[in-house]
Amino acid sequence: MTVGIVVVSHSSKIAEGAVELAAQMAPDVELVAAGGTDDERIGTSLEKVLAAVEQSLVDSGGDGVVVLTDLGSAVMTAESAVEFASDPDAVLLADAPLVEGLVAAAVAAQGGAGVEDVRKAAEAVAFGNGPSGGGGPEIPEGRDEPDASADFELINPLGMHARPAAKIAGGLSGLDAEVTVNGVDGMSIMALMALAAGKGSILRVEARGKDATKAVEYVGRLVKEGFGEL
Amino acid sequence: MGLDVNWALDWLKLSAKAMDEHRVELIELDRAIGDSDHGENMDRGFQAVLQKLDETPPETPGAALKSAAMTLMSKVGGAAGPLYGTAYLRAATSLGDASHIDAAALAAALAAARDGVVARGKAELGDKTMIDAWTPAVEAAEKAAASGADALAVLEAAAEAAETGAMATDPLVARKGRASYLGERSAGHRDPGAASTALLLRAAAAAAAGSTGDTGTDAV
Repeated sequence: MTVGIVVVSHSSKIAEGAVELAAQMAPDVELVAAGGTDDERIGTSLEKVLAAVEQSLVDSGGDGVVVLTDLGSAVMTAESAVEFASDPDAVLLADAPLVEGLVAAAVAAQGGAGVEDVRKAAEAVAFGNGPSGGGGPEIPEGRDEPDASADFELINPLGMHARPAAKIAGGLSGLDAEVTVNGVDGMSIMALMALAAGKGSILRVEARGKDATKAVEYVGRLVKEGFGEL
Repeated sequence: MGLDVNWALDWLKLSAKAMDEHRVELIELDRAIGDSDHGENMDRGFQAVLQKLDETPPETPGAALKSAAMTLMSKVGGAAGPLYGTAYLRAATSLGDASHIDAAALAAALAAARDGVVARGKAELGDKTMIDAWTPAVEAAEKAAASGADALAVLEAAAEAAETGAMATDPLVARKGRASYLGERSAGHRDPGAASTALLLRAAAAAAAGSTGDTGTDAV
C-alpha cells in the first residue's frame, strides 16, 4: 500500500492527463482523477470529489490521501469534500502547482513516504521553481562538510531524465538525510531534471544527517545500474 | 409562530425563480469581470435543488437548507457552489431540527451562513465579493432581531442591506476570485456574487411575506 492521491481540476481532461503523466513515474500509487462537473462541463463537483476521496481512502488502506487542486473553486470544493469525508484526518490538501506538485507527490508516495511527507514533497515544488525557474530550492553554500559524499559517472545512454530523477528523489525521500546532487536538492525531481546531465556527466552527491552514508550509496547503486536502463 | 418548512421551501422556489429570471443579467455582470458562468451555474444549480426537494421532501427548515446545500455543491460547478453550499449548510446546522424559527434563530442562522462563506472563500469585507452583501445583511438582521422585530422584518432588513451592499461593490477593485486578475479594471462593475446574494435574501423575505410575485431588485 502507498498513500493515495486525488487530483481535482476544473477540467476532466486536465485531471485525467495529469494522472496519466504521474502514473508513468509512480506505477504502484493509486491516483484518482476528479475533474469537471457531473455532466462533464468545466467546473468542480462535490459529489465527484467526495467519491474520489472515499475511493482513495479505501485504495490506500489507511495510509492516507493527499489531494492536489487547480484554480480557486477546486480548492473550496476539495475543502468541502474533506469535511464530509469518512476520515477527514486522513485526507490532506497540498498547496502546490497541480502538475509539478502531483509528480513530486506521486514519486514520494511511490518511494513509500508517509502522508505528511507526500504533501511536503508536493508543496516543496514552489511556483516558479520548476526547471524554467532555476532548478529547485536554493542550497546555501559554505556549509559544514557533508557527512558522506562521492562522485558517480552517469553510464545510462539517456543520462538524467524524468525516470532516473524520480527514482533518486523517491528513494531519498524515505531516508533521514539532506542530500544534494551537483548542488541541487536531491529530493526535487524538477531540480534533478534541470541539471540536464547527459551520459558521461559526473554527479557529485553530498549528504548530511543520520542516513547520509545510505543516501550516497543509494544514488551510487542507481547510477551504476544505469537506472535499470542498460 | 415563526417560519416553518413551508417558508424554507418557498424561499428555495423563489430563489430558483429569481435565478431563472435574472440569469442573463448575472451572466452579463460576470462577463464583465469573471468567466461569465455565474448566471448559468446558479440557474442550473437551483433547478437541481428544486428537483431534489421534490424527490425527497424535507420535514424541517434546516433539512430543506441542508438538501439545497448538498445539491448546490455538486451541481453549480463554479466557486458559487462551495460558497453558497457552505452558507446553506452552516445555516442548516445553526437551525438544527427546529420546526419553527423565530427572529433570533433566523439572525443567528444568517450569521452562521456568512461565517461559512468567509471561512470557505477567505475574503474580507471590501474585497468585492458576496461578503460585501452578506455582512451588512447579517448586521441588519441582528440589529432588527435585537430590537424585537419579527422574522419577516428581520429578513426584509437583511434583504435591503444586501441590496445596498451589492450596489456598493460597483467602485471596488476586486481582491479575490477570478475578477482579481483584472485589478483596477474590475472597478465600475457590480460583483455578480454580491448581486446573487441580494436576490437570494430578497427571495427569503418574499417567501416570509407570503408573496410569490416579482423577484425584481435594484441590486442586479
